[in-house]
Amino acid sequence: MNEPLIRVEGISKKFTGRDGTITTVFDDLHFAIEPGEFVCLIGHSGCGKTTILNVLSGLDQSSSGYVFVGGREVSGPSLDRAVIFQGHALMPWLTVMGNIAFAVSSRWPQWNKSKVRKHCQQYIDLVNLTGSEKKRPAELSGGMKQRVGIARALAIQPKMLLMDEPFSALDALTRGVLQEEVLRICAETRQTVFMITHDVDEAILLADKIILMTNGPRAKIAEIVVNTMPRSRTRHNLHKHPHYYRIRNHLIDFLVDRSKVFASDTPDYDPRHPPLVTPGPDPDEAVAAQMPKPALTGKPLAVVR
Amino acid sequence: MNRLMNWRAPLLSLLVLLLTIGTWHALTLPKAAPQTVDAEYAALVGAAAATGQKSAFPTPADFGAKVWQHLKEPFYDRGSNDKGIGIQLGYSVVRVLTGYLLAALVAVPLGFLIGMSPTVYRALDPFIQVLKPISPLAWMPLALFTLKDSSISAIFVIFICSLWPMLINTAFGVASVRREWLNVARTLEVGPLRTAFRVILPAAAPTIMTGMRISIGIAWLVIVAAEMLVGGTGIGYFVWNEWNNLSITNILTAILAIGLVGMLLDLTLARLTRLVTFPE
Repeated sequence: MNEPLIRVEGISKKFTGRDGTITTVFDDLHFAIEPGEFVCLIGHSGCGKTTILNVLSGLDQSSSGYVFVGGREVSGPSLDRAVIFQGHALMPWLTVMGNIAFAVSSRWPQWNKSKVRKHCQQYIDLVNLTGSEKKRPAELSGGMKQRVGIARALAIQPKMLLMDEPFSALDALTRGVLQEEVLRICAETRQTVFMITHDVDEAILLADKIILMTNGPRAKIAEIVVNTMPRSRTRHNLHKHPHYYRIRNHLIDFLVDRSKVFASDTPDYDPRHPPLVTPGPDPDEAVAAQMPKPALTGKPLAVVR
Repeated sequence: MNRLMNWRAPLLSLLVLLLTIGTWHALTLPKAAPQTVDAEYAALVGAAAATGQKSAFPTPADFGAKVWQHLKEPFYDRGSNDKGIGIQLGYSVVRVLTGYLLAALVAVPLGFLIGMSPTVYRALDPFIQVLKPISPLAWMPLALFTLKDSSISAIFVIFICSLWPMLINTAFGVASVRREWLNVARTLEVGPLRTAFRVILPAAAPTIMTGMRISIGIAWLVIVAAEMLVGGTGIGYFVWNEWNNLSITNILTAILAIGLVGMLLDLTLARLTRLVTFPE
């Protein structure tokens, strides 16, 4: 059996408050990400989404549990896992080219200047920023800054891309355009992505699997929703697909109602095998859809309730 | 219309200047007063001396003439007590820059260390807090005793007074580098030295430069007092020497020169600060 690219085993995060009380933000999370998969994590604020991403990137440590990347335990940040930060995190004293070159020359220190520049240019072109190489972040719009962030992350050719609500600070129009570009880029590069979002439509558009978190504290993975729509989906034809509203309603029902009462609602819940659900197909066809496609999951799955 | 608005402030400045000179002129006009000495003696020594009405304080015209005289020949050297104002200013600037640059060499690396390590910060903080408020001139006797050279002592005083603002600002700038940038460096597996020079230094540069700007201002304030104490050369000594000569005109000229040089130093540092500051 193939090892997944990322395997998360029972991670939890506890904070000790000033008065000595211990708050468990999330507890006993188990999930896996296969190579080439796009996984979104949705949950209300306070369920520790960013902490989970930081644990995956190695910037933060979990209080217990393990994260394995390619079978090896994560012990710190690595060039294998590039992070796209919520607030773009570009260095204002460097140009677009400089910001990306800083990453590239960190990845390949032995490369000479012209090789680094050539490599950077390729990724600047990829995110459609050709012509803005010499601009500094202050001269760029919010969307362009985030494009630089994406180019910087992709340019080091990571095994895995971690995105922390990358489009939340952008206006709706820019966000839509960037989502499509991410979709295109991921299709071109077969990049494995783990993304945090609180935007249901963004998750349906981009993700192959959507991990739903219950509300914190003691947040859990309630279930993992499989996106059964074809990968050729775009922002424009998405809502015409028959699965779209069923998936969307399922996600919204969860976020509005079930995320609060999940713990009391589900007594036989097993955190090691969060249920994998496919709300997309018509309920009559659902039996057939329960058989997961090998491209999406490599592990035996939990039984759908 | 807009061009007229642009001229408003300079015009107002000119008006203030003219008013000041006018008031100065009016206040220093020789007054006719009753003679208090014998008429024959008065004829001998001249009216002004006899009545005591001609003050040592110059009129704007006297002052202007003196400034012109200094400008015509700023670098003359006629012995230890009669040097041109340019030479004296030169001595002071060299002293200030020497002490200041030495302080920067110490303060910036040390401030970096303090800013990077909370432990070092907490360990050194009590010393900084006690040493910082000490008037730099209080160190002068100690410096004279240990260094046994008045010129080096003056440089030491400049060193000690420039040190604190640079040290504190560097530490603050380094400690408050945005976490995001450090996280970028961490996820890129950038080594500590490369992070220090490529991320922390440019990020903290505006704050460090602000500290350096404060320092050069203080150093220029202190050099005048320090040179009054150590004597020999420098603009501070010039002022003190002219006080002994009772030449208020020369003192006024020196005051103007001190102000102008101080402004130039500050402008230079402000320009350098702008070079390293980038809006986000």
